[in-house]
Amino acid sequence: MSTFTKAVAHMRSSKTVMISGGTLLAIAIVALIGPWISPNDYMTTDFDRLFQSPTFSSMNLFGTDDLGRDLFVRTMLGVQVTLVVAVVASVVSLVIGVLYGATAGYIGGRVDTVMMRFVDTLYATPFIFFVILLLVVFEQNFLLIFVAIGAINWLDMARIVRGQTLSLREREFVDAARLIGVSTPRIILRHIAPNLIGVVIVYVTLTIPQAILIESFLSFLGLGIQEPQTSLGNLVSGGALQIEGASWMLLIPAALLAIILLSFNFLGDGMRDVFDARQSR
Amino acid sequence: MSLLEIDGLSIGYGGVDIVSGLSFGVDASESVGLVGESGSGKTQTALAILGLLPGTAAVSGSITLGGQEIVGADDATLNALRAEHVGMVFQDPTQALNPYIPIGDQLRRILIQHGLADGSDADQRVMHMLDRVGLPDAARQFRAYAHQLSGGMRQRVMIASALIAAPDLLIADEPTTALDVTVQAQILELLERIRDDTALLLITHDLAIVAGHCERMLVLQDGKLIEEGKTRKLFSAPATEHTRALIDAAPRVDTAASPQPVSGEPLLDVDNVSVSFQERDRQRQLHAVQDIDLELREGETIAVVGESGSGKSTLARSVLGLIPMRTGRIVFCGKAIEGPVQSRAIETRRDLQLVFQDPAGSLDPQMRVERIVAEPLAVHAPDLDGEARKARVISMLERVGLSDAFLQRFPHELSGGQAQRVAIARALIVNPKVLVCDEAVAALDGSVRREILLLLRKEQQETGLAIIFISHDLAVVRSISHRVLVVYLGRLVELADGEQMFTKPRHPYTRALLDAVPVPDPLAPGGRLSVKGEMPSILEPPSGCAFHPRCSYAHARCKAELPRPRTVDGTRVACHRAEELLERF
Repeated sequence: MSTFTKAVAHMRSSKTVMISGGTLLAIAIVALIGPWISPNDYMTTDFDRLFQSPTFSSMNLFGTDDLGRDLFVRTMLGVQVTLVVAVVASVVSLVIGVLYGATAGYIGGRVDTVMMRFVDTLYATPFIFFVILLLVVFEQNFLLIFVAIGAINWLDMARIVRGQTLSLREREFVDAARLIGVSTPRIILRHIAPNLIGVVIVYVTLTIPQAILIESFLSFLGLGIQEPQTSLGNLVSGGALQIEGASWMLLIPAALLAIILLSFNFLGDGMRDVFDARQSR
Repeated sequence: MSLLEIDGLSIGYGGVDIVSGLSFGVDASESVGLVGESGSGKTQTALAILGLLPGTAAVSGSITLGGQEIVGADDATLNALRAEHVGMVFQDPTQALNPYIPIGDQLRRILIQHGLADGSDADQRVMHMLDRVGLPDAARQFRAYAHQLSGGMRQRVMIASALIAAPDLLIADEPTTALDVTVQAQILELLERIRDDTALLLITHDLAIVAGHCERMLVLQDGKLIEEGKTRKLFSAPATEHTRALIDAAPRVDTAASPQPVSGEPLLDVDNVSVSFQERDRQRQLHAVQDIDLELREGETIAVVGESGSGKSTLARSVLGLIPMRTGRIVFCGKAIEGPVQSRAIETRRDLQLVFQDPAGSLDPQMRVERIVAEPLAVHAPDLDGEARKARVISMLERVGLSDAFLQRFPHELSGGQAQRVAIARALIVNPKVLVCDEAVAALDGSVRREILLLLRKEQQETGLAIIFISHDLAVVRSISHRVLVVYLGRLVELADGEQMFTKPRHPYTRALLDAVPVPDPLAPGGRLSVKGEMPSILEPPSGCAFHPRCSYAHARCKAELPRPRTVDGTRVACHRAEELLERF
């Protein structure tokens, strides 16, 4: 696709995008391959090696935790979970948000008002209350986290897409399409949607860190991923308890979390520059 | 030695020279016109003289003003130089004035900043200056904010602020391009009258303005000075091809002949159309178009002319179904059509097409030319296969003068003229019967504009296309219109055959418009001032005849009673005094 090839060419020329994107890719690859080649696994406890500091001897690269489990494998697992949560939650928010926002914006009038007041209502609902409610009503499970995070993120996406659609709808090329006789769904699909891509892609990269933070926050509170599964949020939470005796338990997952968050943020900023530059020309 | 001396000036961005090896001078109290098409480096030169070029510009050569070097001078020197020695008037006074400071204070600060006056003395001088530029009730306007003034008044304030420190040189960069033609005449006359001994460097794309207001002119092309000399001499005997072409491309309202009226079948009948908008916050109605009648024949071009805010675009858009009508009826090919464009029959939608003012904005930035031009075919000829469709697109592009090399281009890779050709190709590929051109050539350079007009003429002659041509520019309209409709504050003022309209107008407003248009001829420059003030707000239209406050022929009856359009000597005209005035024009 045209937009895409041009955008890719621009991203190549942007240092921010290349460095942050490269970092993320490297972390993802290590997180996928690491647990597979490591001699240790994520559940086995070893009471001879409690609180082992990072060492090469038994391939406990990141040390072990209070139960003697290998932290390298657990951390990599946490990164996997974190990235999956981020991507799935963002896709959920992308699909719902774009459809909802574009519909409200293009149809406009009373439909728009009703749809957006619904969004405002959800905004006003306390999020934690909402999640606890979900966890009480349904069983606590992996899927629920995705739903919960996606359900929060799509609100922002819908607002942004709606605003963009409102201004696109007034553009002359949309009038031109209406005059030619192009049908409304086709206008949304062929003229509105492609012109939203820039904003949406940028916004998705900026919602990913938000999703990661929410997941970590939920896990930190004990509402998220459950043992023996783990996520970066869980690991940081566990490490915080051992901060005096075994600081690596906190520092390593926390550092990884920070790097991932920063990379996504820089990626979003870089993408925004890339698309802005393209639009201003 | 000249007041302003430019020697070998080059301005480049990223290794590309926008201006190269430019040398010229401006003497004290002289008026010089700097002309050229867009992208020829006119504005860059002006910014260089003011020392306002961005840091990314590579500037070489020398600019001296009264012996002081500007290229490479530090900020303190430049600041002292600006305002005290050079004044600048920009194209858009809205952006050049600070919206948060009363205009009187803005002018006052100039004097105080430069230590030219203080306290009440400064107030006096500002008041005097505002009075001189023709601001009514200057003492009260002193406290006004920019948004409370009309466009013409804002430009007067800009001129006041540029001249208040009595500079040696005044640079005016397209000072009237954003203004209506009657206001343009007032502003240019004002510039001429109050600049005293200040030299004037007038930058414009409009040769007609230079013809009437500059002693000498300079012609720029691609950043190079290709010709300079006395305005009269250059117009009568230009030395270069390019200057010749520029002069020829400038439309003339005084001599060009309008085509003979056509007697084809009536195609589109606009009957008593009114369009209103609801004011959002208040309960008021804004009557953008009121009771307009129009009949368009096959193969005919009707120009709809009026100043900005007169409702001409609104009229066209309501005919096309983009804006709902309040009352009225549209009959097309013998059948009444109504409702918004989405609910109209597909054949009707095919037969009525529109070309917009901003060619780039009317093309989807994400689509290539091929898809843009092919899109109407997808709707109206869905059974064409890919090959046949592409062949149709290529032959259509050829018709509008573009080769198949353009198929894979994106809109931002096209020049203004090319983009407008693509927009015309998209409109004509389904062979519509009526084409509405909404200021379709207003954003284009003179030579390109002429080519597009010729293209429309050719299409009309070959296919019998009827054209509604909306324009604020009477000079452009003259050579192409069979008939002309003049509108003022949403109402019909005059509807007449082209030749009739331009030689024997019936309505005082038409007369005033014609007088105000400048003519690219130093011996008969036009641009006369024959109407007072500016168009009133459409939210508060004057009583009776909407034009009466500005009309020099207004009677008591004009103020009290709305003149209905009637036929006087073969012309539809809405004026109580049309018969008596016939003799006077």
